[in-house]
Amino acid sequence: MSSTIKAAAANPTARSGAKPGGTSAGAWLLATPLAIVLGIFLVIPILMLVVVSFLDYNSVQIIWSFVVQNYIDAVSSAATWQTFAVTLKYAVITWAITLFLGFWLSYFLAFEVRGAAWQMGLFLVCSIPFLTSNIIRTISWIPALGRNGIVNSVLLHFHLIHQPLTFLLYSQFAIILAFVHLNTLFMVTPIFNSMMRIDRTLIEAARDNGAGFWQTILNVILPLSKTGIGIGTIFVITLVMGDFVSVSIMGGGQSASVGIMIQNEMSQLQYPAAAANAVILLAIVLIMVFLILRVVDIRKEL
Amino acid sequence: MTTTAAGRAIVTTVLDVELISVTKRYGNTTAVSDINLRIPRGTYCCLLGPSGCGKTSTLRMIAGHEDISDGDIIIAGQNVGNLPPVKRGTAMMFQNYALFPHLNCVDNVAFGLKMRGVAKDARRAEARKLLAMVEMEKYAARLPAQLSGGQQQRVALARALITRPKVLLLDEPLSALDPFLRGTMREELKRLQRELGISFIHVTHSQEEALALADLVVVMDHGIIVQSGPPQEIFNRPATAFVARFMGGHNVIRADGGAFAVRADRCRIASPSPSDGHAGSIGGAVSSIEYLGTVVKVGIATAATGEVVALVPDDQFFAAPLALGETASLTWAATDAHPVTL
Repeated sequence: MSSTIKAAAANPTARSGAKPGGTSAGAWLLATPLAIVLGIFLVIPILMLVVVSFLDYNSVQIIWSFVVQNYIDAVSSAATWQTFAVTLKYAVITWAITLFLGFWLSYFLAFEVRGAAWQMGLFLVCSIPFLTSNIIRTISWIPALGRNGIVNSVLLHFHLIHQPLTFLLYSQFAIILAFVHLNTLFMVTPIFNSMMRIDRTLIEAARDNGAGFWQTILNVILPLSKTGIGIGTIFVITLVMGDFVSVSIMGGGQSASVGIMIQNEMSQLQYPAAAANAVILLAIVLIMVFLILRVVDIRKEL
Repeated sequence: MTTTAAGRAIVTTVLDVELISVTKRYGNTTAVSDINLRIPRGTYCCLLGPSGCGKTSTLRMIAGHEDISDGDIIIAGQNVGNLPPVKRGTAMMFQNYALFPHLNCVDNVAFGLKMRGVAKDARRAEARKLLAMVEMEKYAARLPAQLSGGQQQRVALARALITRPKVLLLDEPLSALDPFLRGTMREELKRLQRELGISFIHVTHSQEEALALADLVVVMDHGIIVQSGPPQEIFNRPATAFVARFMGGHNVIRADGGAFAVRADRCRIASPSPSDGHAGSIGGAVSSIEYLGTVVKVGIATAATGEVVALVPDDQFFAAPLALGETASLTWAATDAHPVTL
């Protein structure tokens, strides 16, 4: 924090973060509506979640007494660790693929497509799938990937395979595919935004200094897209870590994720156990976000 | 026979840059039309002209940032065709400096060496030397955003020079600076060019800049070279009415069958009856009087050519002051009038 302030002070063109003397009654009044909204819809629910996670329960009711048993149960169970590990694996693989796709799609849109109209047009095309809901977009993979689905039919028709491929659906492959499909745009948007801010003459300057294509990508475009990559990473990681719908649809009920585990506990009325796992998940995701923010300064993008 | 002799004489002149029938077309519009230019070794050359005259396109073609539609560019005896910039031995300093915002000054300057695979310590040491040359070594660890415009420009200059170019290309290098800095940087550019002994090609729309810096001024308009030569020649003997007007300080006076240019500071104001010692005069009513310190700028509205201007030394003017609307004549010596094409 202090280093950012120092940098801003030394930097004549940087926007000043805070204006001096902003603690008047008017400022508090202006902040009140948002504070109320966030308080009711964010702070209070999270506090309730934390409180419930420390309550005892039996098979029919929550018992009002303070216990840490829910956390002990969670961390002492191998199944919980496995579930967190597999969820993390989904997040990392999805992140890697969406980052690759997002970077190159953005690169294409920002640097190869000529004219702002085409750029914005193609960018909007990318967002068309988002006109339908997440669940519908996930379910729509089933007719494509199923045993008698389009992919298998086409491959069989051209004699490229002799047996239908069974890993296409209800598998980790299917889960990752759905995650990539659902989340790539969350990577494209911030990276595209970062890239559009890169001064085109920097690319020429790199070329003038003898940089080839890959050297320009590595030494100029990648470092200057870092903020967008950071924001996209936060989106993708938090969305995948918290998901339960895509995993249950695409995994066919045979795959686990932290979201599904929490959902199962809730369906068995084990609310305190679910709350404890939710708090652990929240803490893990917050730590990941914190680490990402250590690497990139997203305020550059604001 | 004389042409052969002349031809041989030209070939032996060492050229840094030669443009042969260079043309640039964008779709149906021609930005640069069939231009020829020879820049001898170690020349400070200014490409001068109004915006849209083709000077920047010409520079960018020399730099290799723009394809040539037609013609050849020869740099230090090598036809550069479509070679990338770094293989041409040119380096460009961009109008907005184009410093990499994520790299500090040393790494910005060292960028060209990094691309050539020079090890980190070696390239940083070299970059520090160049920063010292432009008096920026104190700021080595700063990011570009922490520097003023003038400082950024010095870093950009160091970055362009680190690859030891044979020709340095400067795209409107002084236009973004305030007038005071512009003066200092102008002197510095000239000093650097003399010390390095390489050619500088400097694009500008300021005739003052071109006169102050250039060994060779190339005036462009509508994609062609209107006139090129040493600055005194361009200023004293403009070839066309456009050059005379663009260089400023000239009256372009229409006469039967043509026009001629006279420097405003060589013109005098005379009483209504033209004095016999002068070769030329034109009469009208005094339409403007501007006191500029050492001189007074007197405008006279004439029927034939519109307003003409005389720059009269202040003591002369105030010895016999004129009033607006008074009838007066502008006079000049025959030797000061140079015919120009319209």
